[in-house]
Amino acid sequence: MGAYLRPTLLHEALGALAGGAPSGATWVVLAGATDYYPARVGHVPDEDVLDVTALAGLRGIEMVEGGWRIGALTTWTDLAEAQLPPLFDGLRAAALAVGGLQIQARATVAGNVCNASPAADGVPNLLAMDAAVELASARGLRRVPVGQFVVGNRRTVRAPDELVTAIHVPAPLPGATVRATFEKLGSRAYLVISIAMVAAIAEVDGDGRIARARVAVGACSEVAQRLARLESALVGQLAAEVAAAPADFVRPDHLADLRPIDDVRGTAEYRRGAALELVRRALAEVLA
Amino acid sequence: MTAPVVQGTRASGNHPVGFRVNGQAVNVEVAPLGRLSDVLRDDLGLTGTKVGCEAGDCGACTIRLDGRQAVACCVPAAQADGSEITTVEGLAGEDGSPSDLQAAFLEHGAAQCGICTPGMLMAADTLLRENPAADDRAILDGIGGVLCRCTGYVKIVEAIAATRDARLARPPDFASGASASAAPGAIAGSAVGSRLPKVDGLPRVLGTARFGADHRPEDVLAVRAIRSPHARARFEIGDLEPFRAAHPGIVDILTAGDIPGQNRYGIYPSGKDQPALADGVVRHRGEAVLALVGDERTIAAFDERHLPIKWHPEEPVRTIDEALAPGAPHLHEASPGNILVEGRLATGDIDAVLAHAGANAGTSAGAPTGAIAEIEVETTHVEHAYIEPEAGVARRVGDRIELTVSTQAPYMDRDEVALILGISPAGVRIIPTACGGGFGGKLDLGVHPLIALAAWRTGRPCRAVWTRPESMAVSPKRHPARIRAEAAADARGNLTAFRFHGDFDTGAYASWGPTVANRVPVHAMGPYRWGAVLATTRAVYTDNPPAGAFRGFGVPQAAIAHEGLMDDLAAALGRDPLEFRLANALRAGDRTPSGQRLAASAGLPACLEALRPHWDRLRAEARAQNRTSNGGARRGVGIGAMWYGIGNTALANPSTIEMGVTRDARVVLLCGAVDIGQGASTVLVQIASDALGVPVAAVDLVSGDTDRTADAGKSSASRQTFVSGNAARLAGEDLRRQILLLAEVDDGSITLEPAGADQPGRIVVTDREGRAVPIELAELPQVDVTDAETPCVLAGRGTFDPDTTPLDGDGQGVPYQTYAFGAQVADVEVDPALGTVKVRRIVAAHDVGRAINPTQVEGQIHGGIAQGLGMALLEAYVPGRTENLHDYLIPTAGDMPQIECILVEDPEPAGPYGAKGVGEPALIPTAPAILGAIRDAVGVRITQLPATPDRVRAAIRGG
Repeated sequence: MGAYLRPTLLHEALGALAGGAPSGATWVVLAGATDYYPARVGHVPDEDVLDVTALAGLRGIEMVEGGWRIGALTTWTDLAEAQLPPLFDGLRAAALAVGGLQIQARATVAGNVCNASPAADGVPNLLAMDAAVELASARGLRRVPVGQFVVGNRRTVRAPDELVTAIHVPAPLPGATVRATFEKLGSRAYLVISIAMVAAIAEVDGDGRIARARVAVGACSEVAQRLARLESALVGQLAAEVAAAPADFVRPDHLADLRPIDDVRGTAEYRRGAALELVRRALAEVLA
Repeated sequence: MTAPVVQGTRASGNHPVGFRVNGQAVNVEVAPLGRLSDVLRDDLGLTGTKVGCEAGDCGACTIRLDGRQAVACCVPAAQADGSEITTVEGLAGEDGSPSDLQAAFLEHGAAQCGICTPGMLMAADTLLRENPAADDRAILDGIGGVLCRCTGYVKIVEAIAATRDARLARPPDFASGASASAAPGAIAGSAVGSRLPKVDGLPRVLGTARFGADHRPEDVLAVRAIRSPHARARFEIGDLEPFRAAHPGIVDILTAGDIPGQNRYGIYPSGKDQPALADGVVRHRGEAVLALVGDERTIAAFDERHLPIKWHPEEPVRTIDEALAPGAPHLHEASPGNILVEGRLATGDIDAVLAHAGANAGTSAGAPTGAIAEIEVETTHVEHAYIEPEAGVARRVGDRIELTVSTQAPYMDRDEVALILGISPAGVRIIPTACGGGFGGKLDLGVHPLIALAAWRTGRPCRAVWTRPESMAVSPKRHPARIRAEAAADARGNLTAFRFHGDFDTGAYASWGPTVANRVPVHAMGPYRWGAVLATTRAVYTDNPPAGAFRGFGVPQAAIAHEGLMDDLAAALGRDPLEFRLANALRAGDRTPSGQRLAASAGLPACLEALRPHWDRLRAEARAQNRTSNGGARRGVGIGAMWYGIGNTALANPSTIEMGVTRDARVVLLCGAVDIGQGASTVLVQIASDALGVPVAAVDLVSGDTDRTADAGKSSASRQTFVSGNAARLAGEDLRRQILLLAEVDDGSITLEPAGADQPGRIVVTDREGRAVPIELAELPQVDVTDAETPCVLAGRGTFDPDTTPLDGDGQGVPYQTYAFGAQVADVEVDPALGTVKVRRIVAAHDVGRAINPTQVEGQIHGGIAQGLGMALLEAYVPGRTENLHDYLIPTAGDMPQIECILVEDPEPAGPYGAKGVGEPALIPTAPAILGAIRDAVGVRITQLPATPDRVRAAIRGG
């Protein structure tokens, strides 16, 4: 049986992390526990666990200078029920698609990022939002963009003494009309791991031209990816034209950097084709 | 409330937490990372919260935690500190009466096996608190996190909507038979045909029904099997003594050499080939090689890498082709070539007719001159995915062993356990628990051998509860099938020839493989009149998990082939698929390909005629929608038809049931048939009470216990309504005859006057003239019944065995006394770009002979459709890869179509009140109908199941 700590103050948690885990391994940081137990069916956990759910001040979403701050203990249900602008529509859709209501009520947005599953529903949305992870340690605070935070399947750049304390979402371009969506493709209606998914955010200026388009694809590579070349190609286009004929603007080579795999949910070839279709649909929706 | 002291539960520890549960404050010391589900169940005794997966995938353990749904299996015990928890036990009134929602679940038949019911109730109750006016979409969202494998969710949604409407004082959306003036079955003789709520339903909605894992004696030991990580290997177990000395919590270690009886079990009397513990060789992944017995904490925490087992993995036989290849290793010495068994049915000169048909197929001057079609079908392993993993507890009582266990087949279990322990069957007692879903998977032994052996040796109660991955790795599967078939029709559309060969991957051990190999040839050609038929099958051993019984015994796989061919022939001849089936449907008076004349109750034509208006309307709607779809979603409508012989194939299949009267005028039905959620107990009580002529409420049920009931066979082959139903009817009639004889009355009504404070129990018989004749029960001598705990003074007994004959080498004979028939129409929408398929609607018409309980028949149809839909679109079990309920996908509430049930009642003269069976029949036409609808929508014939989005998209693009 490993150690178990459930501190109420952040500095206690950071102190414990700085001191290392009693077993000599690293602390397992635990919040909603909804990824923790499924990985331990039939086993009695014996790791050293730092349960962060009693830490004060880490739950909730607030507007801050330059954007929003999603506290690390904010659950998917908290997010789904929060009053948030259209920028968050894709993330909100993800909030309603992560497991069932039971999971959504306890699982945290930050935990979804830290778990770093290639099929994490939150990650493509946060990537599209240019969100950054706030990491605290006894050494200080730092912010890492989500795209640099998640570096592989179940791998992040969080150091063993660091704790994710928030996710920061920058404000959209001033004056633009913002629309966001999330296209999740799974084999069934609820409780489904995505075969492929697309998050898209469009910012359209007063002339109906695309000021910025941000598109990310998940479950089609080890880490979800933004489609940078597509995004640049879309800037300056008339939104209505793209929405009317997305296939004219979104080409297969825009998705060439994806590295989908064959697995029980679908073939790599299928994922490529489906992702292309989902990108077109997502853009048609946010640009309509 | 202070927690009862229980030593060493899995979640106990020294971390104090306090919370409120169902309004009471609780303080308990826990392991901080113990699962809250374990704390509730083991430390607080709140076993209403069920555990189905320990991974948040199934929702069975859903509770309300601080106002929200939570899966208790994924809540660390320490995080419960300070919380407010409601479990299913907190829903009922203080007097124990069900809440309105619980009552609605009971009335609407929303609980079948009942294992998901507590979680479903907590999800629904929480939903209606948050959103009292939840619309149907919101209801689906609200219960979307709880899986049900029995009901297809239809009646669950109905019950929730009815509760919502009643609370809002709205008129109900759903008509319910139970709102009729008299309660169903309240008047003698009115039970059959009524919508009687399940007689064993109340504990299921209250959460008090006790399932396999809910029996946990105080001084229990845990039994954990150590399983092979390899599909094929030899192994050696080293010296266990130092290991035992180093692990004081381990009380016993079981290996193959410790089995006192025969270390071989299996369904059929000859050819038992499955060891309880492997002896040096493993033939599939997950096979048990050793078992540890000890206190629960030690056993749960034990790291099996410490065991001295040396593995020598070998290249496994993965597929039918590998098993049949020259030089393939033989899995069993008795089966060289790895063929367990072959099946065959032949009538007419198939080669000549097919050659003739081939020469004539085509068109002449625009008119068809005949048609010939062929198909190759490939299906995969399908997992039963009952929400209750296998579980039970064994106790040694002197020289006997008692198993309290979740099962479909108590008498077979009794005999198998006796063989393994080397004792007589009389030395074994099987006490079935509430069974949290079976579908065929609990016809094989599960936890039985190892808990029995452990209890036999240690003298202490020994318990095992399989984890979900363990259950999925070890329990039998639906046979993967590889089928090649051809069929021909002449220019007028008469079916002239059908040739079929199916190879079935039976896995490492025989299980029910012979049943599949023998049942399929009888049904392979579908419910039609054919000229010549040749149907052959093989069950082939591989190193895959044993494939066994699963709702339909191979017939659902075969139906994909025969229905695909019917669509092909109809298309080639320019005929409407429904009309083409109707023109060729078996009817009363026809001979089946096995040479049996169907005397009556062949209601497929009536089913198809009932479907015709739906078919025509949906086809027209689909055509109209597709004309305007413009590259978007495509609608399609398909049809599947089926037939299914009730009971064992050409084998004895008896049921015996007793009905007695006690001295205090209670009626007891001693019934060895197990209710696995399908409703056997309710149906049998309905039948027996009408046969006796008393209200259903007068009848108490003793179910399944092998010490207290006679053998009523197993709950399989859709046989309980027909076979045990006849036994129940005969028992009731026998008892009635005796009562009338005692009263010296030719015919009359029977009134029970139970014993009260000032009167002994008696029966009053009132004859046709109104003359009342009392029978004083105190004066009667006790009579013999199987149940020693229920002394009876009158007893009726009924035995029924279907009238069948053995089949000859060409499959000719009378394999079944009666057949169920049915057909379903599926309306789907296909997204061609993504390959996704949404089933919008299914209209199901089933000839059940007589619906003893229409609510339950509908429930079976809904559930069969759900499993058929899963088989068609979602479900693929891959050994070692999809051993959980997030990689292995069964339908959720949001995947179900609108379902309309049409009950066709073409009475079976040999059936109880005309009834046949519906459990398996409901599943069989679903996948063919869906595949036909996909073909109608996008023009591709999918023959490899499941039709996952990648396969559908590839088929569309590949042409």
